[in-house]
Amino acid sequence: MYGKGLRPLSIATVAMLAVSLSLVFFYAPLDADQGFIQKIFYIHVPLAMVALVGFVVGGVFAILHLRSGDRKWDAYSYVAIHMSVIFGVAVLITGAIWAKASWGHWWVWDEPTLVSFLIVFLLYATYYPFRYAIEDRDQQARYASVFAITAGAFVPLNFMAVRMAESLVHPRTFATSNGGLPGEMMFTFLCSLAAIALLWVTLVKFELAAKSASGQVKRLRRALDAPGPANSSRIAPEVS
Amino acid sequence: MTPSRTAFAAILAKDLRAELRTLQSLPAMAIFAVTTFVIFRFGLDRTQLSGDLASGVLWATLLFAAVLGINRLFVAEREEGGFDAIRLAPIDRSALFAAKATALVIYLLALELVAVPVFALFFLDSAEALGPLVAVLLLADLGLAATGTLISSMAVNSRARDLLVPLILLPLVVPLMIAATGATDPLLAVGGPGYGRFGTWLMVLGLYDLIFVLLGYAVFDFLLED
Repeated sequence: MYGKGLRPLSIATVAMLAVSLSLVFFYAPLDADQGFIQKIFYIHVPLAMVALVGFVVGGVFAILHLRSGDRKWDAYSYVAIHMSVIFGVAVLITGAIWAKASWGHWWVWDEPTLVSFLIVFLLYATYYPFRYAIEDRDQQARYASVFAITAGAFVPLNFMAVRMAESLVHPRTFATSNGGLPGEMMFTFLCSLAAIALLWVTLVKFELAAKSASGQVKRLRRALDAPGPANSSRIAPEVS
Repeated sequence: MTPSRTAFAAILAKDLRAELRTLQSLPAMAIFAVTTFVIFRFGLDRTQLSGDLASGVLWATLLFAAVLGINRLFVAEREEGGFDAIRLAPIDRSALFAAKATALVIYLLALELVAVPVFALFFLDSAEALGPLVAVLLLADLGLAATGTLISSMAVNSRARDLLVPLILLPLVVPLMIAATGATDPLLAVGGPGYGRFGTWLMVLGLYDLIFVLLGYAVFDFLLED
C-alpha cells in the first residue's frame, strides 16, 4: 500500500534530476572566482538543506508518534532520519571536495556550516546503536522518538552556537555584497533543490514500501506457521 | 507542599543520602579529573596554561568527569526497581527528572569544588579569574545536568548503557562547550581576566539550559511509560 504512486514519483524524480543537471552544466554561468568547481554547489547545498530538513521532519514524525501512539509514525521517523544520514554522508564528501578545490584543504575548521553539519551528523550517527540496544519493541519506538525530538531541537541551536564561535569564511552565496546570486544561478539552484528534495521523498517512500512488504511477508509466514529466515527481525521498525 | 514537590524533595534527599553513604560517583569523578590534569600536563608538555588552552583543558576534563557521574545516575533505579516504584506512585513523573537533574547539578558543583582549585594550583598564575568563572560553571552545570539526566535515563534501559551515554551526550553538548570555553578563554588570558563577549556566551549558555530543561521536562514522561 506504500507502493502506490511510487512509479510516477520515481519517473518525476529522474526527470527532475536530469533537468536540473543539464541546467547546472549547460545553462548556469561559470562562477567568476571559482570557475567550474563551483558547480558542485548545486549538489552540495541542496543535499545539506534536504538532509537537515529531513532530520527535523524525523523529529516531527516522532512527536506524532508520541502523541498518537501509532507505530506507523515511528517507522516514518526512522526512515526520514535514515535517509538524511545517508544524504549527510554525501554532504560531507561533496563538502570536502569543494573545500579541497577552492581552499586547498580537505577539511576547513573555521567554516561554521560544515562543522555544524559534522556535529549534527555525529549525533544522528548514534541513533542506530541507541535504537538497536533496546530490545522491547514498544520501548524502542518510544525511546527512538524521544531521541529524534531531542536531536531535532538540537539542530538549530547547534548551528547558532557554531556560527558564533567561528570566523566567517564560508562562501555566503546568498548574501554577498553585490546582492546575492544572479538570476540564472538562482533558478538552477532552485531546480536542483527541488530535484534533491524529490529524490529524498522517493527514497523514503521506497524504504517504507520495502519495510511494509517485508512486514506483510513475515505476517503471512507466521499465519502459515512456516519458519522464516533466521533473525529477519533485526532491522527495526515494521510498517503494517 | 504539593505532592510533586514532596516527591521531588524525597527523591533528591534519597539520592544525596545514598551518594553520601556509598560514595560511588563523587570520589571517582574528582580523582578522574585530577588524574586527567596530570595527563594533560604531560600530553601537552606544559606546566603553565592560559587562554584558550587553559579553558580547553579545564572544560574537557570537567565534561569527561561529568560523564562518569551521568553514567551512574539511574543505575540504582534500574537495579533496585526504582523505576517501577515511581510508575506505581501517584506522583508527577517529572518530579523524578527534576530531582535527578538537581542531584546531578549538586554532584557537578562538588566535583568543581575540588577540580577547579586543583586546576588553578597546577596551571594558573593567579586565582583572579575564579570569581567570574563561577557564573560560567553554574550555567554550564545546569545545561549539562538537563541533557545528562535525559540521556542517562534513555541509555540506562538499553543493553549498552555505559557505551551510549558518552556517544550521544558528547555531540549534544558541543554547543554548551563552545559557549563555556568561549566565556572562559578570555578569563584565563595572560595578564588578568578579560571579558570579551562574556555576556553573549552566558546568554548562549542560558538559552541552551532553557531549551534542554524544557525539552527534558516535556519528553521525560514517555521514557517512564511501560
